[in-house]
Amino acid sequence: MKISKMQELLDAKVLCCEENLGKHVYSAFGCDLMSDVLAYVTDQAVLLTGLVNPQVIRTALMMDMVCIVFVRSKEPNEEMINLAKENGIVMMSTNKTLYTTCGLLYSNGLVGTAEVEK
Amino acid sequence: MSEKLVFRFDVSGNDFTSAGQASVQVKKNLRQLGFDNEIIRRVSIAMYEGEINMVIHAGGGVAEVHVCEEYIEIILDDHGPGIKDIEKAMQAGYSTASETIRSLGFGAGMGLPNMKKNSDEMKITSEVGVGTRIVMKINCKGTNE
Ligand SMILES: Nc1ncnc2c1ncn2[C@@H]1O[C@H](COP(=O)(O)OP(=O)(O)OP(=O)(O)O)[C@@H](O)[C@H]1O
Ligand SMILES: [Mg+2]
Repeated sequence: MKISKMQELLDAKVLCCEENLGKHVYSAFGCDLMSDVLAYVTDQAVLLTGLVNPQVIRTALMMDMVCIVFVRSKEPNEEMINLAKENGIVMMSTNKTLYTTCGLLYSNGLVGTAEVEK
Repeated sequence: MSEKLVFRFDVSGNDFTSAGQASVQVKKNLRQLGFDNEIIRRVSIAMYEGEINMVIHAGGGVAEVHVCEEYIEIILDDHGPGIKDIEKAMQAGYSTASETIRSLGFGAGMGLPNMKKNSDEMKITSEVGVGTRIVMKINCKGTNE
């Protein structure tokens, strides 16, 4: 799914890297636990989260994620925005909750990361 | 790149905000050196997990990354409390992290297993009350995992 399409579906405010709205994401991962992002995300994905701290951006960067959507109207500070900017990661903020955000994207064709085997 | 390159970082244990900075820098350096994306990704995950552990469990330490064409070696040294039962700590889901750390997005007990998964060799030496040393090696050629 094109990042610009996600932005429309979520009616999200773009916080940085607008020039990359034309890039595609192939799956999504929604959670506030960075430990799980580091353990399970596999491909060029978008991170949907309500957690706001510099480790969110660094985690996304480590995992080669191309976009971060903050839910529940959360917004990162300037330092975090600068880090994302330096690395071309699109960040946006939506007033929707995590559940609604996931539902909207999923029902429009964006799949989740592969299932986790125990 | 015929010589071995060494990157060294002091990882502060006082300031969670900066946790992960060394790994960000290493990723940048490896990209500039032209390493394969999959190798960079494995090094990034292994080092980042280890760096965060040093900050949240050991009050900081020193991270060194040795880079040559054949392999990348990550050496993490701290003078924290040490790990009493390494086998137990290696189990997915085992964590002694506090509520505060969980609220920051970590402490699921996934880090050490993830470090093992992303490296070709991993060695932990630890002594209670003295500190922990973790060495991870990622081979750049041939088979991974
Ligand atoms: N450098 C260290 N010094 C002391 N104890 C450590 C160190 N690294 C790990 N541990 C111990 O091993 C446990 C498991 O570590 P692991 O990285 O797997 O999980 P975690 O850090 O608790 O959570 P997560 O990595 O999922 O955020 C930790 O909870 C801690 O008790
Ligand atoms: Mg950990």
